[in-house]
Amino acid sequence: MSTDPATADPQPSPGAAHRATAPRGGGVVGFLQTYGIVLALALVCLALTFLNEYFLTTRNLVNVLRQTSINGILAIGLTFVILARGIDLSVGSVVALAGVVAASFATTASGSAVAGGPFPVALAFAAGILVGGLAGAVSGVVVARFNVPAFVATLGMLSAARGLTLLYVDGRPIPSLTPEFRSIGTDDILGVPMPVVIFAIVFLGAWFVLAQTRFGRHVYAAGGNPHAAVVSGVNVVRIRLMVFVISGALAGLAGMILAARTGSALPQAGVAYELDAIAAVVIGGTSLAGGVGRVTGTLVGALLIGVVNNGLDLMGVESYYQLVIKGSLIVAAVMLDQTRNRRD
Amino acid sequence: MEVEGLTKSYAGVPALRDGRFRLESGSVHALCGGNGAGKSTFLSIIMGIQPRDGGTIRLEGREVRFTSPAEALAAGISIIEQELSPVPAMTVAENIYLGREPVGRFGRVDFRRMNVAAKELLDGLGFDLSPTDVMMDLPVAKVQLVEIAKAISYNARVIIMDEPTSALGEAEADQLFAAVATMKAAGKAVVYVSHRLTEIFEVADSYTVLRDGNFIEAGRLADIDKTRLVELIVGRPLTEEFVKTNRPGDAVLLSVCDIDADNGVRDISFDLHRGEILGLYGLMGSGRTEILERLFGLSKTRAGRISLDDRPFDARSPRQAIAAGLALVTEDRKGSGLVMTLDVRANVCLARLRDLGLAATVMNPAREGAAARRMIDLFDIRAATDRLGVTHLSGGNQQKVVLGKWFLTEPRILLLDEPTRGVDVGAKREIYRIMSDFAADGGGVILVSSEIDEVLGMADRTLVMRDGRIAGLVEGDAMTAPALLTLAA
Repeated sequence: MSTDPATADPQPSPGAAHRATAPRGGGVVGFLQTYGIVLALALVCLALTFLNEYFLTTRNLVNVLRQTSINGILAIGLTFVILARGIDLSVGSVVALAGVVAASFATTASGSAVAGGPFPVALAFAAGILVGGLAGAVSGVVVARFNVPAFVATLGMLSAARGLTLLYVDGRPIPSLTPEFRSIGTDDILGVPMPVVIFAIVFLGAWFVLAQTRFGRHVYAAGGNPHAAVVSGVNVVRIRLMVFVISGALAGLAGMILAARTGSALPQAGVAYELDAIAAVVIGGTSLAGGVGRVTGTLVGALLIGVVNNGLDLMGVESYYQLVIKGSLIVAAVMLDQTRNRRD
Repeated sequence: MEVEGLTKSYAGVPALRDGRFRLESGSVHALCGGNGAGKSTFLSIIMGIQPRDGGTIRLEGREVRFTSPAEALAAGISIIEQELSPVPAMTVAENIYLGREPVGRFGRVDFRRMNVAAKELLDGLGFDLSPTDVMMDLPVAKVQLVEIAKAISYNARVIIMDEPTSALGEAEADQLFAAVATMKAAGKAVVYVSHRLTEIFEVADSYTVLRDGNFIEAGRLADIDKTRLVELIVGRPLTEEFVKTNRPGDAVLLSVCDIDADNGVRDISFDLHRGEILGLYGLMGSGRTEILERLFGLSKTRAGRISLDDRPFDARSPRQAIAAGLALVTEDRKGSGLVMTLDVRANVCLARLRDLGLAATVMNPAREGAAARRMIDLFDIRAATDRLGVTHLSGGNQQKVVLGKWFLTEPRILLLDEPTRGVDVGAKREIYRIMSDFAADGGGVILVSSEIDEVLGMADRTLVMRDGRIAGLVEGDAMTAPALLTLAA
């Protein structure tokens, strides 16, 4: 029996090309479970519009987006890792490490710079991405090659990367970053802040990779059932390594945006950032068991967290309460997800 | 127990239209039907796992309506499920008495009493198991026996067995049949669900056939024969169970010389010819699966020589094996065959993504869809669309999705490990047809099976394995059930 898929007549695909799971059950319940998060976001926005006259202003909404960008970029990286059945706890520390390394190439202050700086800004950006990617690669090799649970490997990286950051700058911030470097944090294009533009590009890129490329298909397969993926010829070791590299590189990017916004790279930056990023992924409906989820969900999850943070700020809720509310929100979202899984 | 007019629909699609059933104590009743006939729905309603839409269930004359398996258990109905659920790090006794451990002072578990009780239970059933063995050290067949012992230990009046022998070898299956006979003699009622019809005639007294959610017929097995039962299940007369049109050629396709494989499999040599179906028979754990894994690049061991078309060939990874034209349908469909979280299309295309894209890395969903739909048509997979999640398919259709995945890679050699396990009679026949057509077109098939009939019916020659070695090669008139059994044991 020889049948060539290459010569098969192409027919239009009936379903959305990027849909990774079966259509959910119909009816109101099915609708709520599929679009519950979008609905929740809409409801929170609606409520805030009535509760606070400042919420629905262009300035505030742009502000929400800007505040969401860094967490959003981290969450997109984590979506890859979690889809492939992993977890990355180290992104917060990698944010700081990549931030200080990139900044050291782009500071006019002597003493904290790499000798001969400031260097062309492209070199600084490349250094940040590279350091992030490298940290991810180390975690990835430990996980994929040596079969250490991702939780443990990246917990180690969380500590080690923070230590390296503090060693690199001797515990002190790197001030006086060049205007070119700061542009990724402070400039805007047609009124849209640069962090938001970068976030949008990262989102579109991630959507394309996960929904439209062979690599994306392999990520879903390796996360859904690694044994079946191996037997089907998927290089699961490489996929598991690559998702950590992606997560690390994006954490590096986020770290540079953070440093650019603040104007100096702090070695204490990014502490506990992994929590909000994981929360965004999970709220967005990606299963921690791997293989199920979408980057669009992560986008909505990150926006929901951003809007809730913003709303609580606007209403003057004390930050201690904010933590409690955010924690409850995360758990509630996963409970919703669990009822959905039980239905399947 | 008596069941009448049971109905159940999922999202408007009726899964069960008229579930009927009469069970008498001291008897073994076979519940028969193809995949998707409504057997699982029927059983899960009886056990209180799913609510019913209509119908009545009476237990000793009184109407019952369970809302959880615990309630059913309390009323004296226990079930042995098809999917095993052992706690791997616990002992046999701990697994049997999970949740009802005998408790001593200060809430301490009385392990001594538990082990004694487990020993009595296992010996009474004639199962060759020690209460203190740790589950994860046991082979699948023994784990299945533990699950069976557990269901019996509840002292239920009605015991439901859903495909109890699917993971058992011949020896363990015999132990099970003996245990069923003991239960029957003790006045218990057993509901026996199995796709293996020979087995049904061996253990059961009466039968009920379901097809497409409808009650078809019930009666005594003594009054009908196997052919008639198959007709009732399939809904059309089957001329013969097996389909075989291939004729082995002279050219050697794959030659294996003195290879070793994992788990102590040693010195394996054989030739596979073009157009040949080579049977690989042996008891559980005799090394059959390991040989397939070795050929497919999944072994740690690499000793020995293999040649494909007279050229040296030794896959280091499944990817190389696939590129060389091999395909492996694994024994564990859910464990290593399918990605259960994905849909039919993604599963069918998984091994051939390289050739279904626009460019080297960018996929072309239209071509993926077309390829998937071609396999759906070719294998008559019952899926409304190629975007349906594979979890929603019956066992037989899932197996056809796995076959579709491999046929899409245009293999020259099919390695089939228990390809018809848990598959209904109709789908089985289609799988035999696919196998036979493939060989008739010049491909080579290695068929691993625990079902002796299947090997006899489909294989041209059969290698028999015993304890990791080849015990013998039989062909022609010498290929008989006693010959295979003698060599294997």
